[in-house]
Amino acid sequence: MIGVSHYLILSGILFSIGFIGVLRRKNLLMLFFATEVMLNAVNIAFTAIGKYYNDLGGQMFAFFVIAVAASEVAVGLGLLIVLFKKHGSLDLDTIAEMKG
Amino acid sequence: MYEQIAFYLFATLTVILFFITVMSKNVLYAMTSLAAGMVLISGFFFLLGADFLGVVQLIVYVGAVMALYAFAMMFFDATKDIKATHEKPLLVFFLGGMMALVFVVIFSAPVIGANIEAHYPIMEDVGNAQMVGMILFTKYLVPFELAAVMLLVAMIAGIILAGKKMDHSLTTNIEDVKEELLKGKK
Repeated sequence: MIGVSHYLILSGILFSIGFIGVLRRKNLLMLFFATEVMLNAVNIAFTAIGKYYNDLGGQMFAFFVIAVAASEVAVGLGLLIVLFKKHGSLDLDTIAEMKG
Repeated sequence: MYEQIAFYLFATLTVILFFITVMSKNVLYAMTSLAAGMVLISGFFFLLGADFLGVVQLIVYVGAVMALYAFAMMFFDATKDIKATHEKPLLVFFLGGMMALVFVVIFSAPVIGANIEAHYPIMEDVGNAQMVGMILFTKYLVPFELAAVMLLVAMIAGIILAGKKMDHSLTTNIEDVKEELLKGKK
Protein backbone atom coordinates (compact mmCIF):
# COMPACT_ATOMS: atom_id res chain seq x y z
CA MET A 1 0.00 0.00 0.00
CA ILE A 2 1.39 3.36 -1.03
CA GLY A 3 0.93 5.85 1.80
CA VAL A 4 1.62 9.51 2.19
CA SER A 5 5.11 8.80 3.52
CA HIS A 6 6.14 7.23 0.21
CA TYR A 7 5.20 10.40 -1.63
CA LEU A 8 6.87 12.61 0.98
CA ILE A 9 10.12 10.64 0.78
CA LEU A 10 10.02 10.79 -3.02
CA SER A 11 9.43 14.53 -2.99
CA GLY A 12 12.25 14.94 -0.47
CA ILE A 13 14.60 13.03 -2.77
CA LEU A 14 13.54 15.09 -5.80
CA PHE A 15 13.88 18.33 -3.83
CA SER A 16 17.39 17.39 -2.73
CA ILE A 17 18.31 16.57 -6.34
CA GLY A 18 17.15 20.04 -7.36
CA PHE A 19 19.01 21.57 -4.44
CA ILE A 20 22.23 19.77 -5.40
CA GLY A 21 21.74 21.19 -8.90
CA VAL A 22 21.35 24.73 -7.58
CA LEU A 23 24.51 24.34 -5.49
CA ARG A 24 26.78 22.84 -8.13
CA ARG A 25 25.68 24.57 -11.33
CA LYS A 26 27.52 27.61 -12.62
CA ASN A 27 25.36 28.09 -15.72
CA LEU A 28 22.24 30.24 -15.29
CA LEU A 29 20.07 28.12 -17.61
CA MET A 30 20.93 24.98 -15.65
CA LEU A 31 20.09 26.83 -12.42
CA PHE A 32 16.63 27.41 -13.89
CA PHE A 33 16.25 23.69 -14.63
CA ALA A 34 17.20 22.84 -11.06
CA THR A 35 14.60 25.31 -9.77
CA GLU A 36 11.93 23.60 -11.87
CA VAL A 37 12.87 20.26 -10.32
CA MET A 38 12.46 21.71 -6.83
CA LEU A 39 9.08 23.26 -7.65
CA ASN A 40 7.80 19.95 -9.01
CA ALA A 41 8.95 18.12 -5.87
CA VAL A 42 6.99 20.54 -3.70
CA ASN A 43 3.91 20.10 -5.89
CA ILE A 44 3.98 16.34 -5.31
CA ALA A 45 4.22 16.89 -1.55
CA PHE A 46 1.27 19.33 -1.56
CA THR A 47 -0.95 16.97 -3.54
CA ALA A 48 -0.02 13.94 -1.43
CA ILE A 49 -0.77 15.69 1.84
CA GLY A 50 -4.01 17.03 0.41
CA LYS A 51 -5.01 13.48 -0.48
CA TYR A 52 -4.03 12.29 3.00
CA TYR A 53 -6.29 14.85 4.70
CA ASN A 54 -8.99 14.49 2.04
CA ASP A 55 -8.62 18.23 1.44
CA LEU A 56 -8.54 20.12 -1.85
CA GLY A 57 -6.33 22.92 -0.51
CA GLY A 58 -3.14 21.08 -1.43
CA GLN A 59 -4.15 20.84 -5.07
CA MET A 60 -5.11 24.53 -5.07
CA PHE A 61 -1.69 25.50 -3.78
CA ALA A 62 -0.05 23.33 -6.42
CA PHE A 63 -2.01 25.23 -9.08
CA PHE A 64 -0.70 28.54 -7.86
CA VAL A 65 2.83 27.14 -7.68
CA ILE A 66 2.50 26.14 -11.35
CA ALA A 67 1.23 29.64 -12.25
CA VAL A 68 4.17 31.26 -10.42
CA ALA A 69 6.60 28.88 -12.12
CA ALA A 70 5.21 29.71 -15.57
CA SER A 71 5.54 33.47 -15.07
CA GLU A 72 8.97 33.02 -13.50
CA VAL A 73 10.15 31.17 -16.59
CA ALA A 74 8.76 33.87 -18.92
CA VAL A 75 10.50 36.74 -17.11
CA GLY A 76 13.63 34.76 -16.32
CA LEU A 77 14.24 33.66 -19.89
CA GLY A 78 13.81 37.27 -21.07
CA LEU A 79 16.45 38.34 -18.56
CA LEU A 80 18.73 35.48 -19.63
CA ILE A 81 18.49 36.59 -23.27
CA VAL A 82 19.38 40.17 -22.28
CA LEU A 83 22.32 38.87 -20.21
CA PHE A 84 23.52 36.70 -23.06
CA LYS A 85 23.36 39.65 -25.46
CA LYS A 86 25.40 41.74 -23.02
CA HIS A 87 28.07 39.24 -21.97
CA GLY A 88 28.02 36.52 -24.61
CA SER A 89 27.86 33.84 -21.95
CA LEU A 90 25.63 32.52 -19.19
CA ASP A 91 28.45 31.42 -16.92
CA LEU A 92 28.08 32.95 -13.48
CA ASP A 93 31.82 33.53 -13.09
CA THR A 94 32.06 35.59 -16.27
CA ILE A 95 28.79 37.44 -15.66
CA ALA A 96 29.72 38.47 -12.11
CA GLU A 97 30.56 42.16 -12.09
CA MET A 98 30.68 42.93 -8.41
CA LYS A 99 34.08 42.63 -6.76
CA GLY A 100 34.27 41.17 -3.31
CA MET B 1 -1.07 -3.71 -6.73
CA TYR B 2 -1.12 -1.67 -9.94
CA GLU B 3 -0.74 1.48 -7.86
CA GLN B 4 2.43 0.12 -6.29
CA ILE B 5 3.91 -0.91 -9.63
CA ALA B 6 3.08 2.48 -11.15
CA PHE B 7 4.44 4.38 -8.15
CA TYR B 8 7.77 2.59 -8.01
CA LEU B 9 8.21 2.70 -11.79
CA PHE B 10 7.45 6.42 -11.96
CA ALA B 11 9.55 7.15 -8.87
CA THR B 12 12.71 5.44 -10.13
CA LEU B 13 12.34 6.92 -13.61
CA THR B 14 11.73 10.45 -12.28
CA VAL B 15 14.70 10.29 -9.92
CA ILE B 16 16.97 9.02 -12.69
CA LEU B 17 15.76 11.61 -15.21
CA PHE B 18 16.05 14.54 -12.81
CA PHE B 19 19.49 13.30 -11.79
CA ILE B 20 20.49 13.45 -15.46
CA THR B 21 19.02 16.99 -15.61
CA VAL B 22 21.17 18.10 -12.73
CA MET B 23 24.37 16.26 -13.67
CA SER B 24 24.50 16.43 -17.47
CA LYS B 25 26.99 18.77 -19.08
CA ASN B 26 24.94 19.16 -22.25
CA VAL B 27 22.08 21.64 -22.11
CA LEU B 28 20.05 19.71 -24.67
CA TYR B 29 20.22 16.43 -22.72
CA ALA B 30 19.32 18.24 -19.51
CA MET B 31 16.27 19.86 -21.08
CA THR B 32 15.05 16.63 -22.68
CA SER B 33 15.33 14.65 -19.47
CA LEU B 34 13.61 17.47 -17.57
CA ALA B 35 10.67 17.34 -20.00
CA ALA B 36 10.42 13.55 -19.65
CA GLY B 37 10.53 13.87 -15.86
CA MET B 38 7.68 16.38 -15.94
CA VAL B 39 5.52 13.93 -17.93
CA LEU B 40 6.16 11.24 -15.31
CA ILE B 41 5.39 13.68 -12.47
CA SER B 42 1.94 14.21 -13.95
CA GLY B 43 1.56 10.42 -13.51
CA PHE B 44 1.88 10.92 -9.75
CA PHE B 45 -0.92 13.47 -9.84
CA PHE B 46 -3.17 10.99 -11.64
CA LEU B 47 -2.28 8.35 -9.04
CA LEU B 48 -3.22 10.78 -6.26
CA GLY B 49 -6.63 11.42 -7.80
CA ALA B 50 -5.79 14.98 -8.85
CA ASP B 51 -6.77 14.52 -12.50
CA PHE B 52 -7.11 18.21 -13.32
CA LEU B 53 -3.73 19.01 -11.78
CA GLY B 54 -2.13 16.25 -13.84
CA VAL B 55 -3.60 17.65 -17.05
CA VAL B 56 -2.48 21.17 -16.09
CA GLN B 57 1.00 19.82 -15.38
CA LEU B 58 1.12 18.27 -18.85
CA ILE B 59 -0.19 21.38 -20.62
CA VAL B 60 1.66 24.08 -18.70
CA TYR B 61 4.97 22.40 -17.87
CA VAL B 62 5.54 19.99 -20.72
CA GLY B 63 3.72 22.14 -23.26
CA ALA B 64 4.36 25.77 -22.45
CA VAL B 65 7.42 25.92 -20.21
CA MET B 66 9.44 23.36 -22.16
CA ALA B 67 8.56 25.03 -25.48
CA LEU B 68 9.70 28.34 -23.98
CA TYR B 69 13.01 26.77 -22.93
CA ALA B 70 13.42 25.22 -26.37
CA PHE B 71 12.85 28.55 -28.08
CA ALA B 72 15.14 30.39 -25.65
CA MET B 73 17.88 27.87 -26.33
CA MET B 74 18.05 29.12 -29.90
CA PHE B 75 19.60 32.27 -28.45
CA PHE B 76 22.26 30.41 -26.49
CA ASP B 77 25.04 28.15 -27.65
CA ALA B 78 23.50 24.79 -26.81
CA THR B 79 26.06 22.56 -28.49
CA LYS B 80 28.92 23.65 -26.25
CA ASP B 81 29.51 21.65 -23.08
CA ILE B 82 29.11 23.76 -19.98
CA LYS B 83 31.61 23.60 -17.19
CA ALA B 84 30.20 22.97 -13.75
CA THR B 85 33.10 22.34 -11.46
CA HIS B 86 32.46 22.91 -7.82
CA GLU B 87 35.41 22.94 -5.45
CA LYS B 88 33.83 20.61 -2.88
CA PRO B 89 31.45 18.13 -4.52
CA LEU B 90 31.06 16.09 -1.32
CA LEU B 91 29.89 19.15 0.59
CA VAL B 92 27.26 19.77 -2.07
CA PHE B 93 25.86 16.25 -1.74
CA PHE B 94 25.96 16.49 2.06
CA LEU B 95 24.03 19.77 2.02
CA GLY B 96 21.55 18.34 -0.47
CA GLY B 97 20.90 15.30 1.71
CA MET B 98 20.47 17.48 4.80
CA MET B 99 18.04 19.63 2.83
CA ALA B 100 15.97 16.55 1.97
CA LEU B 101 15.88 15.54 5.64
CA VAL B 102 14.75 19.00 6.74
CA PHE B 103 12.12 18.99 4.00
CA VAL B 104 10.67 15.62 5.07
CA VAL B 105 10.64 16.71 8.74
CA ILE B 106 8.90 19.99 7.92
CA PHE B 107 6.19 18.27 5.93
CA SER B 108 5.71 15.27 8.21
CA ALA B 109 5.56 17.28 11.46
CA PRO B 110 1.91 18.30 10.96
CA VAL B 111 1.15 14.77 9.77
CA ILE B 112 2.47 13.39 13.07
CA GLY B 113 0.71 16.13 14.98
CA ALA B 114 -2.52 15.07 13.20
CA ASN B 115 -4.74 17.91 14.28
CA ILE B 116 -5.43 19.38 10.84
CA GLU B 117 -9.01 19.34 9.65
CA ALA B 118 -10.06 19.49 6.03
CA HIS B 119 -11.54 22.85 5.09
CA TYR B 120 -12.51 21.82 1.57
CA PRO B 121 -13.19 18.10 1.74
CA ILE B 122 -12.99 16.02 -1.43
CA MET B 123 -16.43 14.60 -2.23
CA GLU B 124 -16.66 11.12 -3.65
CA ASP B 125 -19.55 11.61 -6.06
CA VAL B 126 -18.19 14.83 -7.66
CA GLY B 127 -15.49 14.71 -10.32
CA ASN B 128 -12.09 16.21 -9.62
CA ALA B 129 -12.26 18.94 -12.29
CA GLN B 130 -15.75 19.96 -11.10
CA MET B 131 -14.58 20.06 -7.50
CA VAL B 132 -11.51 22.15 -8.41
CA GLY B 133 -13.70 24.58 -10.34
CA MET B 134 -16.12 25.01 -7.45
CA ILE B 135 -13.37 25.73 -4.93
CA LEU B 136 -11.24 27.84 -7.30
CA PHE B 137 -14.06 30.20 -8.26
CA THR B 138 -15.45 30.65 -4.74
CA LYS B 139 -12.83 30.39 -2.04
CA TYR B 140 -9.76 31.12 -4.15
CA LEU B 141 -11.22 33.72 -6.51
CA VAL B 142 -8.95 36.61 -5.45
CA PRO B 143 -5.70 34.61 -5.69
CA PHE B 144 -6.93 33.31 -9.05
CA GLU B 145 -7.43 36.82 -10.41
CA LEU B 146 -4.09 37.91 -8.95
CA ALA B 147 -2.42 34.98 -10.69
CA ALA B 148 -4.06 36.07 -13.94
CA VAL B 149 -2.68 39.62 -13.56
CA MET B 150 0.72 38.18 -12.64
CA LEU B 151 0.78 36.04 -15.79
CA LEU B 152 -0.14 39.09 -17.90
CA VAL B 153 2.66 41.13 -16.33
CA ALA B 154 5.09 38.27 -16.88
CA MET B 155 4.05 37.96 -20.52
CA ILE B 156 4.56 41.67 -21.20
CA ALA B 157 7.88 41.63 -19.35
CA GLY B 158 9.04 38.61 -21.34
CA ILE B 159 8.09 40.20 -24.66
CA ILE B 160 9.81 43.48 -23.82
CA LEU B 161 12.98 41.86 -22.46
CA ALA B 162 13.41 39.32 -25.24
CA GLY B 163 12.17 41.54 -28.07
CA LYS B 164 14.63 44.36 -27.44
CA LYS B 165 17.14 44.67 -30.29
CA MET B 166 15.74 41.55 -31.91
CA ASP B 167 17.06 42.68 -35.32
CA HIS B 168 20.68 42.54 -34.14
CA SER B 169 22.52 39.29 -34.56
CA LEU B 170 24.01 37.78 -31.42
CA THR B 171 26.93 35.91 -32.93
CA THR B 172 28.10 38.05 -35.84
CA ASN B 173 28.97 41.68 -35.37
CA ILE B 174 26.71 43.74 -37.63
CA GLU B 175 29.35 46.42 -38.22
CA ASP B 176 31.78 43.87 -39.68
CA VAL B 177 29.13 42.61 -42.07
CA LYS B 178 28.40 46.18 -43.21
CA GLU B 179 32.12 46.86 -43.77
CA GLU B 180 32.50 43.67 -45.79
CA LEU B 181 29.53 44.62 -47.93
CA LEU B 182 30.98 48.10 -48.52
CA LYS B 183 34.37 46.60 -49.45
CA GLY B 184 32.69 44.25 -51.88
CA LYS B 185 30.97 47.17 -53.61
CA LYS B 186 34.24 49.06 -54.01
